[in-house]
Amino acid sequence: MTTEEAYLISAGRLIDPLLRRDEEPATLYVAEGKIVDPANYPKDFPWTKIDAQGLIILPGLIDMHVHLREPGESRKETIKTATMAAAAGGITTVVAMPNTIPPADHPDTIAWIRKKVDKEAVVKVYPTGCITEERLGEKLAPFQSLIQAGAIALTDDGSCVQNARIMRRAMEYASVLGVPILDHCEDTALSDGGVMNEGLWSTLLGLPGWPSIAEELIVSRDILLCEKTGAKIHLQHLTTEGSIRLLRDAKKRGLPVSAEVCPHHIALTESALKEYDPRFKMNPPLRTEKDREALIEALVDGTVEVIASDHAPHALFEKEVEFEKAPFGVVGLETLVAVCLKELYFSKKMDLMDLFAKLTVGPSRVLGLEPPSLRYGSAADLILLDLNASWQVDSTAFFSKGKNTPFEGMHLKGRVVLTMIDGKIVWREKRLVEKQKTV
Amino acid sequence: MQNLKLDAIKRKWKRKDLVSLEALDLSEIEAILLAAKEFKTILKENLPLPFLNRRTALALMVEPSTRTRVSFEIAAKKLGISFLSIDYKTSSIQKGESLKDTAKNLEALGIDFLIIRHPAAGSAAFLAKLLNISVINGGDGAHEHPTQGLLDLMTIEEHFGTVRGLKVLIVGDILHSRVARSTFWALSKYGAKVKFVGPITLLPSYFKDFGAEISYNLDEALPFADCIILLRLQHERQRKDLFPSIGEYIASYSLTTERMKKCKKDVLIMHPGPVERGVEMESELADSPNSAILKQVENGLAIRMAVFYLLASYFENR
Ligand SMILES: [Zn+2]
Repeated sequence: MTTEEAYLISAGRLIDPLLRRDEEPATLYVAEGKIVDPANYPKDFPWTKIDAQGLIILPGLIDMHVHLREPGESRKETIKTATMAAAAGGITTVVAMPNTIPPADHPDTIAWIRKKVDKEAVVKVYPTGCITEERLGEKLAPFQSLIQAGAIALTDDGSCVQNARIMRRAMEYASVLGVPILDHCEDTALSDGGVMNEGLWSTLLGLPGWPSIAEELIVSRDILLCEKTGAKIHLQHLTTEGSIRLLRDAKKRGLPVSAEVCPHHIALTESALKEYDPRFKMNPPLRTEKDREALIEALVDGTVEVIASDHAPHALFEKEVEFEKAPFGVVGLETLVAVCLKELYFSKKMDLMDLFAKLTVGPSRVLGLEPPSLRYGSAADLILLDLNASWQVDSTAFFSKGKNTPFEGMHLKGRVVLTMIDGKIVWREKRLVEKQKTV
Repeated sequence: MQNLKLDAIKRKWKRKDLVSLEALDLSEIEAILLAAKEFKTILKENLPLPFLNRRTALALMVEPSTRTRVSFEIAAKKLGISFLSIDYKTSSIQKGESLKDTAKNLEALGIDFLIIRHPAAGSAAFLAKLLNISVINGGDGAHEHPTQGLLDLMTIEEHFGTVRGLKVLIVGDILHSRVARSTFWALSKYGAKVKFVGPITLLPSYFKDFGAEISYNLDEALPFADCIILLRLQHERQRKDLFPSIGEYIASYSLTTERMKKCKKDVLIMHPGPVERGVEMESELADSPNSAILKQVENGLAIRMAVFYLLASYFENR
């Protein structure tokens, strides 16, 4: 152990959602990659000091819905660039979706990803495996081998298994293996051809609609299958009031169902599409104000326990086309925290404790991971957040190769200034470095 | 050639492009209509035309439409504008070039007007933002076809003397119709009451939020109408599951001589063309004294001349 990797983080405000601790001023000691008790170290131990005055100290965030694009689409993003973006966004753990080329429906693909992650990733990466071979929804992927290779959950994200019989079998099998199934809820017979929410704006703009009911139908199917099989089912990127109602009822009945929402769905509505800008094209699409409010309410009352970015990078030229032709998806790693702060904290809907629980404890519970915490013995995955830092979204400054953000130009408040993983600083904002030097 | 009326209209024009009628305010619609009326007079009385020499218009037809292209072409030529058109079958878009690259190349070649007909909604808006030349939406997917909306408006105003308070039915496949959208905005902004009539699967109820009325029953709606606009049933756009059969469509929504008995005697019948005789309406009705179909075509020419004329003045007014 070198003193370089032993830190004394002082005078910050510590928020630990797992322990529900909110202390100020707080001092945190990091050594050997962990949060440690200084009593176990000599009095003159040479800690490297980090002055966290005016900053919030938080456990590192988990983003359980990220498209790394490797293997196969490194023109859009790489494991290296995506994890750099994650680190800059305060995310210390990402869960990679399996809709790559080839898809992660074979243990070799999972092994390839893990090898690349070991070599290039800046943050922790957990792969997921496909539910079905080639994500075609027809034949189950080899769950057991995928899990043995390192997959922590199963999902066909990007697609949804349409056949209820296959989904039932998948849930039965997954329940025995003890891993959750993450589902992208979309009945494609109903959403077919749709490029935005079906409603007032699709009528005005003349664009084919993707109706709410296409999501809700699968949400209700999955809930019924969950009841039948006992499998842990996690509903990805929910967008509609109806989905929330179904989820709330299922939770009341004690079913092992969980769900996530994305920052763009709580920050924006379908009216953002008025100029046919493909930066606002995502799947599921932006919905109505009523839906948006229902999602926020579900976060506030605990019905939804996870916020995830659904970071889906695309090359610029792919998005600079007619709206109907543009691919679905927006990037989100580098704006996740600030957009959530804007819509949930600064809007006075949630406190920081509850908000950051959705990005730490929530996803760890769904995935069965060790919950991020700042207690003694926990891995030193932590971030420092400057709640008062104002900034303007500028995609050219992103680490992600994907510049397709719907928040371009938006003025936001709150910025991660330091990210530490296993006791090592992996991201530090320049001004913080300068501040350190002057101390 | 100096034309004082036209000069007065064009001095107020502030738009580079014509993408949608939804975006225009009343005074802009009025300006186009006034200019079109003037052009119609000039054509009829063989008066000297104000020329837009040394300008070039290009029609990029990513979706085929002979009528619209020819109307724009004649309008251009009457104004002395050189006119070219690129057919979707031979365009580089077919060879995989992006619309952005195609349009940027055309702009670099020095055209002044780009008329775009495209199956994707929003493609005209996309180009208008991208290019510094005037973009004219010649129909973008199910979004808008503004010159069609304007010529409908002109035809109705000409016939009735005013649009305010008139009851207009727009009948058929509203969901996929850019004509329905443009004509709706033109008429409702100009003070007409619009009622959409069609099968429930082809008629988004959200139009109510924009002030339209909705009906699924043509027979009930007919007696009140001053004007009926029948939309083309475009088989290629409509998927099979949207209504059971053409036969059922005809039974419920085709305008027949029998149904005409329920209408006001002097009801005006319109259709953006081409008419599929026997489907949207009985053949004889298309040629009856109530029909304004050929008037629409004639007015289309004047509208398109007015649009060229006003958009060109944007660059003079800057
Ligand atoms: Zn998805």
